[in-house]
Amino acid sequence: MRYMLSLKGDPGPEAQPDETRVSALAAYVQELARAGILVAAETLQSSSTGARIRFAGGGHIVVEGPFPEPSGLVAGYILIDVRSRPEAIEWASRCPLDLALRDGESADVEVRRVLQLADAP
Amino acid sequence: MLVTDVETHRAIEAVWRIESARLIAGLAGVVRDIGLAEELAQDALVAALEQWPAAGIPRNPGAWLMTTAKHRGIDQLRRRTVLDRKHEELGRELEVEQEMTLAAFETATEDDIGDGLLRLIFTACHPVLSREQRVALTLRLLGGLTTDEIARAFLVPEPTVAQRIVRAKRTLSEARVPFEVPHGDELVGRLSSVLEVVYLIFNEGYSATAGDDWLRPGLCDEALRLGRILAELEPSEPEVHGLVALMEIQASRSAARVGREGEPILLLDQDRSRWDRLLIARGLAALERAEGLGGALGPYALQAAIAACHSRAATPEATDWTRMAALYDALAQLAPSPIVELNRAVAVGMAFGLAAGLHIVDALVADGSLRAYHLLPSVRGDLLAKLGRDAEAATEFRRAAELTRNTRERAFLLERADTSAAARRIGDRTD
Repeated sequence: MRYMLSLKGDPGPEAQPDETRVSALAAYVQELARAGILVAAETLQSSSTGARIRFAGGGHIVVEGPFPEPSGLVAGYILIDVRSRPEAIEWASRCPLDLALRDGESADVEVRRVLQLADAP
Repeated sequence: MLVTDVETHRAIEAVWRIESARLIAGLAGVVRDIGLAEELAQDALVAALEQWPAAGIPRNPGAWLMTTAKHRGIDQLRRRTVLDRKHEELGRELEVEQEMTLAAFETATEDDIGDGLLRLIFTACHPVLSREQRVALTLRLLGGLTTDEIARAFLVPEPTVAQRIVRAKRTLSEARVPFEVPHGDELVGRLSSVLEVVYLIFNEGYSATAGDDWLRPGLCDEALRLGRILAELEPSEPEVHGLVALMEIQASRSAARVGREGEPILLLDQDRSRWDRLLIARGLAALERAEGLGGALGPYALQAAIAACHSRAATPEATDWTRMAALYDALAQLAPSPIVELNRAVAVGMAFGLAAGLHIVDALVADGSLRAYHLLPSVRGDLLAKLGRDAEAATEFRRAAELTRNTRERAFLLERADTSAAARRIGDRTD
């Protein structure tokens, strides 16, 4: 079964990538590959280069980034193929997202199962 | 059990799935016996099941399991040494050997493990073992599957699988198979044994040879993971990437090759929008890696290249059949087999006319080696139906239905037989 790990925390337009964290994440992705479960992984640019298209009232408007509440925004994703939900959670728990966190800060990795055509009855 | 206990148990199970192969590989590197290595790993798992529900899962569960297993191993060795000394049965030589193992235990590090995994794969797939034993041992040691899970996947009784594994371990130990990655000339043959096992597992999942389900995706996923692990460990071997490419591309069609009622859908009739683009991209990338390593393509890479012809075509009509026929031609020369010839017949039929395809199939019928293979009459029936020879086609589909062991496929073939028979009646009337 395929799971998506969403790494949360928008870096913001001026943020410099933390070297320790970047290399720790690269090592983590490499570990997933060596375990044979990595399907895809990509990092997103800051939401300041993004846009939101908001649909409402039969029309839509384009909202330019950056977006509010950066800690809830997706900064990157990893797709893995594992045998069970607990396995996905165990792998997600090993994500080195806690590096470069200051006191009182927190960071989320969201684990969601991908709806695949083969799963549909 | 409390809910939290159930959750902890599931979490421990997940840790076991993730860590067991590396753990066994690391231990086998020290004790030089995969049976003993697996026992020590199991001991560590039992300790985890006892301690983790109360103490919580440690921050580095893999290291915890390794340390625990090592301690068990050292304890066992010490006890045996003391016992042997008492009985004065221990020769000096053996004593030295045990001391060395003890020392190896104490100095074994994480670094030894990556290489250990490769050694474990080569040992589990050693040609001294039967195919069934290799498959069972690989799923057990590398995939971390229980004997019960393997038994269910292959629709055989659990004791049969347990026996296979016990005998396999005994054979390896009696044959004194060294725990190592083969070198030089030996590597080619040994690697093809490994690839064969992985592809056998994949195929058992992809086109279940028996039973009610056409697909047992669990086995496909296991094989894909094993293949991807191999590609990381042996990146310079083109056939490893060839096999991965083949499996990724075939797996990309899983959702499209089974209909609503569980009936099989032939490749050319599949809804291509249901193909998994991500797996296709991975497959094509793996194929590129295989091609990029230079040299002539091996059998797996060739099959992947053939599969890729379908993946690249947006519609069945857009398929490059000429290229595919050429690739089958190369495959037939490299790894001649009646099955390859049968597939070549299909490609040739599409590229150069149905009659040319039928010509090859008829030669196979005359040859007789595929007498019991349901796809021979199935392919012949398909060619005949397209040529408008419906009565003959119906006979072939019925013969194919009799030969297949898969319930879904039988129903599908009987339906095609009926369609051909009906077409014949309509044809009779208009004549």
